[in-house]
Formats: sequence, structure tokens, C-alpha cells
Amino acid sequence: MSDIQYYLEKLRAGDKLALSRVLTHVENNTPEGIFALETLFPQTGRAHMIGITGSPGTGKSTLVNSIAMNLRKKPEAPRVAIIAVDPSSPYSGGALLGDRVRMRDLHGDQGIFIRSMASRGALGGLSHRTAALAQVLDAAGFEIILIETVGAGQSEVEIASLAHTVIVVEAPGMGDEIQAIKAGILEIANVLVVNKADRPGAENSTRALKAMLQMAHPGDYMPMARKHLFNALESPTTAPEQSQEIEIWTPPVVQTIATEGNGLDELMQAIEDHLAYLKRGQGWAMRDKENLALEMEGLIREHLTQRWLAQMPEARLEEVMLALQQRKISPHQALEKLLTYN
Amino acid sequence: MPDKKIRVLIAKPGLDGHDRGAKVIARVLRDAGMEVIYTGLRQTPEMIAEAALQEDVDVVGLSILSGAHNALIPQIIEKLRQNGQEDVMVFAGGIIPDSDIPSLLSAGVKAVYGPGTSTQKVCEDIQAAFAR
Repeated sequence: MSDIQYYLEKLRAGDKLALSRVLTHVENNTPEGIFALETLFPQTGRAHMIGITGSPGTGKSTLVNSIAMNLRKKPEAPRVAIIAVDPSSPYSGGALLGDRVRMRDLHGDQGIFIRSMASRGALGGLSHRTAALAQVLDAAGFEIILIETVGAGQSEVEIASLAHTVIVVEAPGMGDEIQAIKAGILEIANVLVVNKADRPGAENSTRALKAMLQMAHPGDYMPMARKHLFNALESPTTAPEQSQEIEIWTPPVVQTIATEGNGLDELMQAIEDHLAYLKRGQGWAMRDKENLALEMEGLIREHLTQRWLAQMPEARLEEVMLALQQRKISPHQALEKLLTYN
Repeated sequence: MPDKKIRVLIAKPGLDGHDRGAKVIARVLRDAGMEVIYTGLRQTPEMIAEAALQEDVDVVGLSILSGAHNALIPQIIEKLRQNGQEDVMVFAGGIIPDSDIPSLLSAGVKAVYGPGTSTQKVCEDIQAAFAR
């Protein structure tokens, strides 16, 4: 434990080795890592977390590279941390983390810190420890944290419960209007990017996405449409006297060519607009509350399961599993048998 | 529950553009359950040391076919040490004449794997170094 205290002190002073070691402890969920999170937690909640997600090969890493460079060029030159997640092998548990290959322009900038992360069996596009790593980087004073998910298909939407602003990256030719109205990843987008916009089909993709937004987000027809949020959600006694008006965010669709920096000004503007939108209304606070609630839920689930399994005699578990395999009882009946055991 | 993996940086210092060997090793170590960070071609010693630092790796594998190993590898080890990563295990692979191996080893390289080395041997050496 004395080691971790030393690292935490150095981390506050901006030491990179200390930060890196603390991140490793947190990622590995060691007792030192848990201690570090406890110590750092009061300093979290300040960074703007931006998620970048989309299918493999759409150019997420290259886009992260360009976004980070553009952020650093701003007059206030915010410190930027990048967490890049790639998948772990379901067989060996190993991983090849290759996102840094596309981020070589960022080398040598002392205001940038890049950390690669393996998903370690998690299926939502992140690792179970990504939120915790982001907390450490937040506490270490990075004003902006870019989180790149694994190449995501349709339903890896966990980034929406971590990032304040979610950028979904598409490439031309990835699907038609039906793909665009399916539930899932497109729903979590705060900004939609059609990258590789010099490729054929970019206009079609952009049009399909815009059409999708018109169906789902009335705000696009009526800019800044107003809606009464509380009427539907809350009982009349808790609803405010005056019907409260909230602003609807319509995700902009931005075309980019990340390798050349085309469209980046527009994308940076969209990110800034979304942040301003979150801060104007309740968006920032609501997301923060929701994210913490989700994190708690995950922790509770993990710990209750572990605690319950620890007190369950193995013989009993095997007996029930055997009965289940032999089709003598259904999974629900098996659960009943285990829960009523004492 | 603590969950520790061996983290390895596979890097290509110098100017040659041949990374088949680096990719093969990266793939093999992945299949041995390690988390392998690959950074691409033409990395300077500064870039490699910086990546090793930010990623907090346990091992750095350097693949070099350009003949610049005697110049570049000691520089990389020096930078790792300056950053406080004295304990990182460094190995090298590629085209390195036998006569250059002793000086690389004395500079701090743990092992030099030439053409024909079994990939199994590389895995085993790393796993042995981190056996707990």
C-alpha cells in the first residue's frame, strides 16, 4: 500500500510513470487500485468524456488522432487523455492493441496521454474497468477524455453510459435506410460522422442518416422543438407548477476525411455545441447521475453474485447443475432451488 | 478479483519497412494470453519509450532489420531507464549479427532472437520471467 500512496502523490504532481502505474492497478482491480479510486474519487466529475464508436475499419482511431490534435490547437489547449479499447481473445484472453498505430501524430505532446486497453471479456464495446480508468485520468487533471470503443456492431452501446458526448462513426456503403432505422448504436449518437467521405456512397450514407434523424428526432424539422418532459414521467404532485421547457438535441451529421483533416472544423464545432447544450440544461448533471447509478448497479451485481457464490457449497451447486443438464428441472426451477437453499 | 495480464509493447525502431516478423510475434504473444500493443513502423527511441511509459508494459520487444540496432537499442533502453522503467524486460529480434549480440546484452537486452527462433521459445522466456 505504501507504493500506491507514493504513486498517488506523484500522480497529483503530474508524473506520468505514477499515473501509468495507478492505471495498471485500477485496471487489474488490485486492492491498491481500489484504494486509489477511493482516494481520487472526490476529484472526479470534471472532465468532458467523449466516446467514439462505430464499426471496425470506419476510421475511429484516425479520427481520435485528428480530434486530439485539433483540441490541443485551441487557445486554452486542454490536456487530453485517450483510452483506446480493443477486443480480447475469447480463447487465449490475450489481445492485440493496435490503435496507437493511427495516433502517431500525437507523439511528443506532453499534454496528451494515450492508454490502450483490452476488453477482457466484456461485450458492451468497453472493458469493465474503462469507467474506472477514466475516473483516474479525470482526477489526474485531464480536461478531455476521448474513449474509443472496440469496433462495434449494432448493439455495443455501453459507451452511452460513460461518455457525455457520443460520436458514432460510419463509413460509406455500410448499409441502407433499413440499417439506419434499426435500434441500437445509432440511437446513442450525439454526433454522427460519415468518415472516408471521399469514397463513393458518402452522400447516400449521409442522406440515410439524416432521413433516420427526421423520423426519430422531431427537432430536425423544428429546430429547438420544445417538449414537456415532466408531464409524462412524474406524478402531478412532483411536477413543477410551470411546465418546464427543455431543449432537444438533434445530432448533426458531419462528413469527414480523417486522414486529411477534412470536415474536422465542423466536427469540433459539433462537439463544442453538444457540450454547451449539456451545460445549458440539465444534460450534464443528468448524465452524471445516470452514469454513477449504472456503475453502482454493476458493482452491486458483481459483488452480490460473488458473495452469494462464496457461501454456496459446491456440492449443492453441482447437484442442481446436474439436474438441470439432465432436464429434470428448468433453469428457473434450478434458480429457485439455489435461492431457497440454506 | 485481481486480474493481471503480461503487457508487451512490440515496436519497430528505425527506418526499415518490414514488419512481418513483428506482427508474427505480436500474434503469437496474443495467443499466449498476453496483451500486446503494436505501434507501427518507423518509431524513434523517444516514441517507443513514451509508449512503453504510457502503457506501463512489462516487456518491450524490438524488431529491427535495418542494421541500426547498435545505435538505436541502447538509446531506447537508456530512455526507459530515465523514465523509471528499469524493470522492463527488453528483447530484440530481426537481422542482428552474432558478433553484435554480446554488446546488446551488456546494454541491457535480455535476449536476441534471430531468424529461425521458435516462437514458442519467445513465449516461454517471457512467461518464465513473469512466473509467479
